[in-house]
Amino acid sequence: MSSILDILSALCLAGGGFFCLVGGIGLLRMPDFYTRMHAGSVIETLGAGLILLGLMFQAGLTLVTVKLAMVGLLIFFASPTASHALARAAMLRNMPRLAPPVVQSGERSSKP
Amino acid sequence: MLAAAILALLVTVALALVRAALGPTVFDRLQAANSIGTCAMLLLALFGFFGGRPEFLDLALVYGLLNVIGVIAVLKFFRQGNLGDRGAPATASDRQG
Repeated sequence: MSSILDILSALCLAGGGFFCLVGGIGLLRMPDFYTRMHAGSVIETLGAGLILLGLMFQAGLTLVTVKLAMVGLLIFFASPTASHALARAAMLRNMPRLAPPVVQSGERSSKP
Repeated sequence: MLAAAILALLVTVALALVRAALGPTVFDRLQAANSIGTCAMLLLALFGFFGGRPEFLDLALVYGLLNVIGVIAVLKFFRQGNLGDRGAPATASDRQG
């Protein structure tokens, strides 16, 4: 029984580490800010989820599992909020995309 | 396997640091900082298990809360104006949303 839990934990930890690496490489090599954000969100969903699941398999039914679930809930709710705020702020600041939709020709005066 | 996951997370933090150093705009740096914060939470949890002291999870919780509050506060600031960043577009003050 414990060996099965150990194997499951090792698989989850290896998968989480792999997805974190993929997210880091994508964060470095993607050509655009929005695609970089897309790659970076792999770390916060699959990487964090699998690593926390693997640690839960190691901890068993204790208070440590409850704390791990709290960390997972915090990441689950907070990191999409931060990503949304980041993308919205970038859109409002006219961040250039890969295929720019409209090249702004004349710069308007900033007075309302 | 804990050591392998810790190594993978350390490499991820290094890659995100390179992106934060190279990032042409301030949003790239913020995205990299957010990823580093998430990786630091996971690293704290993994180090706690690696050393046999899972009490480090409390530190991970506090670190996650600080990370989220920091990112959202900095974004609230950057929606108003820039800090003279070279890559930041200059025509942002006419679109308030």
